[in-house]
Amino acid sequence: MYALEMIEITKEFPGVKALDRVSFKVKKGEIHALCGENGAGKSTLMKVLSGLYPAGTYSGEIRIDGQPVMFRNIVDAEKAGIAIIHQELALVKEMTVGENIFLGREPKKFGVIQWDELYYEAAKWLEKVGLNISPQTKIHSLGIGQQQLVEIAKALAKQAQILILDEPTAALTESEVEILMGILELLRKQGVACIYISHKMPEVFRLADSITVLRDGKSIATLSRAETNEDQVVSLMVGRELTERYPYVKRTPQEVVLEVKNYSVWHKDKPMKVNQNINLTVRKGEIVGIAGLMGAGRTEFAMSLFGAYEGKAEGEVWIEGTQVHIRSVQDAIRAGIALVTEDRKRLGLVLGMDVKTNTTLASLEAISKLKVINQNEELKWSQKYVDELKTKTASLETPVGTLSGGNQQKVVLAKWLMAKPKILILDEPTRGIDVGAKYEIYHLMNKLAEEGVAIMMISSELPEILGMSDRILVMREGQIVKQLTHDEATQENIMMAATGGK
Amino acid sequence: MDMKAVVNERQREKKNIFGNIDIRAYTMIGALVAIWIFFGLLNDTFLSARNLSNLFTQMSVTAILAIGMVLVIVAGHIDLSVGSIVGLTGGIAAILSNWMGMPTSVVIASTLAAGVLIGMIQGWLVAYRAIPAFIVTLGGMMIFRGALMGITKSTTIPISDANFIALGSAYFTNSFGLILAVVAIAALVTSTLKKRKSRQQYGFSVAPLSLDMAKVIAISALIVLFVLTMNSYKGIPFPIIFVIGLALIFSFIANKTTFGRHVYAIGGNVEAARLSGIHIQRHTMMLFVFTGLLSAIAALVLTARLSSATISAGQMYELNAIAACVIGGTSLMGGSGTIVGAIIGAMVMTSLDNGMSLLGMETFWQYIVKGSILVLAVWIDIASRKKQTH
Repeated sequence: MYALEMIEITKEFPGVKALDRVSFKVKKGEIHALCGENGAGKSTLMKVLSGLYPAGTYSGEIRIDGQPVMFRNIVDAEKAGIAIIHQELALVKEMTVGENIFLGREPKKFGVIQWDELYYEAAKWLEKVGLNISPQTKIHSLGIGQQQLVEIAKALAKQAQILILDEPTAALTESEVEILMGILELLRKQGVACIYISHKMPEVFRLADSITVLRDGKSIATLSRAETNEDQVVSLMVGRELTERYPYVKRTPQEVVLEVKNYSVWHKDKPMKVNQNINLTVRKGEIVGIAGLMGAGRTEFAMSLFGAYEGKAEGEVWIEGTQVHIRSVQDAIRAGIALVTEDRKRLGLVLGMDVKTNTTLASLEAISKLKVINQNEELKWSQKYVDELKTKTASLETPVGTLSGGNQQKVVLAKWLMAKPKILILDEPTRGIDVGAKYEIYHLMNKLAEEGVAIMMISSELPEILGMSDRILVMREGQIVKQLTHDEATQENIMMAATGGK
Repeated sequence: MDMKAVVNERQREKKNIFGNIDIRAYTMIGALVAIWIFFGLLNDTFLSARNLSNLFTQMSVTAILAIGMVLVIVAGHIDLSVGSIVGLTGGIAAILSNWMGMPTSVVIASTLAAGVLIGMIQGWLVAYRAIPAFIVTLGGMMIFRGALMGITKSTTIPISDANFIALGSAYFTNSFGLILAVVAIAALVTSTLKKRKSRQQYGFSVAPLSLDMAKVIAISALIVLFVLTMNSYKGIPFPIIFVIGLALIFSFIANKTTFGRHVYAIGGNVEAARLSGIHIQRHTMMLFVFTGLLSAIAALVLTARLSSATISAGQMYELNAIAACVIGGTSLMGGSGTIVGAIIGAMVMTSLDNGMSLLGMETFWQYIVKGSILVLAVWIDIASRKKQTH
């Protein structure tokens, strides 16, 4: 008897099939791991299940305890016993644990909240998840691990029979992970069906009864843990054929431009390190790919090198043989570093400003005399980069917010090329842009490497990493766990290192 | 999307000539002209040289405050304290001038220094201590008003220094006005020619000479018309020259300097600005120094015009200045707004005040009408913007 059956679910977004006839079944009292790379469709599938994408916006059927169901919204899904615990916790920090557990469903008489009843009930649910705190504690005084348990208590208080956990251990310490695992094992005995989404192979293999692998929006296989192993799961996750061709050219990198020694980065508001003891070099004319899963600490590392991460950094950074101390973005730019951030709309562009002003934003000094901008120089340079990068825009005065993703990314690139960097860090440079623009960006990277720029590319897309990098570093939990040359690297050995498999 | 072509030179230049017109600014001017015609039809004296001269003098304080306010709002902040700074620095000026008998130059320098100091303190709290500008300047609004009452012992201080009073109420002689017009037109012609030459040197195509000439002639005609109208009464009022001078300086800062560009970038997307290596804190502090300085200048004009400092001087002026910015197309979300727009906004507000007073409308109606116009202006603006993006 299945607690949940999702049959032939297909969900399309304009231009992409996010889910393609995915089938997924979970038994009562089972922990079922859902594995797949970033973008494989796990989140989309869970959004369909939790009613975030209402019935009708996808095709296929969902059955709960054998009965077909149609969810119009999240409330419908909750009524059917489905609770989802997001990676980003959704608790109200200024409220107490008890208030959070019953948020929106407070026990009341004539519209008046029955506080005694609420806290009595809350205490009961807290006990169930093994959390020994008063329900009157404010959420903000709890650690992330405890907050996670409060979320689970909240889910259970809603009589959830199907519990979805999205990367629940991403922010937990080891001892907190132990407690969580204990609770999940207990819930399994009580007959709750758990869907456990995780990148981390050791956890998956310790906990799960079954494993379903998604890849590129398709369900590839459902395996019983007893009959499979990490190697098989990883190869199923990445097992696509490499049909795309990348314009890789064999290069002979020259002297070291960037050298990072024993570099650690502290979390911006928690006493933990997001990066630990990173050692790496990037040479002149070399493209170094940094692979890893989301949350591995790659973006934090890049932001920290660029002087833009709030957490403190330890260790040494050497550029062309001299040690540098980068405390701000200005320092980084002066030292010759440029960072193309992963989120171009939020971090890369001023969307309301036009192409030319965005292009010159980081190097206005170069085209100014006594702080007065030479607007003809500005036109000349921005026109030069529009031509060079083949940016498609109606004019230099077009607001960048109206351009397509690929062209926006080109404007960001133009901004940093104009700053004439020695070291170019690209964080997910081709995310969300069309194929044509993608290849133009790859060619540009090759050209820059040829001109002697040292390039560090962070990417979650394995084919891109494999296809463009001279060297590949794999990051997991803030550390570099593997280094591979272009010829050694395969999807399997990168993914194995990234997921922590043996 | 397919329609977009790679830019080529000719296309872009076409844009520059015909597309670079700020439609919103022109709508504002249109609205202002409509208001003037409306009042002119209802009342004979509204468009008389005397009343126009008064109107420009009346608007000068709001306009000076609005110039600073635009930049603060563009950067995504607000300054609620400018009215109280006007009051306090006006009081300081009056005390120095009347009670202590300081010469005019010392009074001016000290008053401006006081404005800058106040701006530095508020700017530091906002920029370096990350206290929301709304709170800092709301506090400042009360503190400075209180300080004014304290230092003046809640009395009205008259100004007797004739040089000081001239700052707010003197007129330039007719011949000086004409010279000013000639200088302005000469500057306009040379800058236009210089710009053409520079563009040609860069190999950009330039607009046809006739078009540029038409523009120059149109603006020159407005300058001449303005000077002749003012001259037919008593000449150009002193405060108006302050407004024009400050508007030119701050428009230059906003449009041509790296500082101005950075301010717009900070208001448009503070994270992207930070990651482009822009000094957010330094610039933010500077903006409040500017509003402090401009408030002090406004205080000098106001105190001189009224030839006294009172404890209620400048009350509600912050709201007038904000309203002028908003009517002039400044977005309270930050990132967009122009100084010219704010001046026009100030002119709209003052024209309504002046016109309704001339018509003998009761005060309560004046408030209701002005408030409605403010909401209406933003409503139209939001609606037209939506149309543009869809």
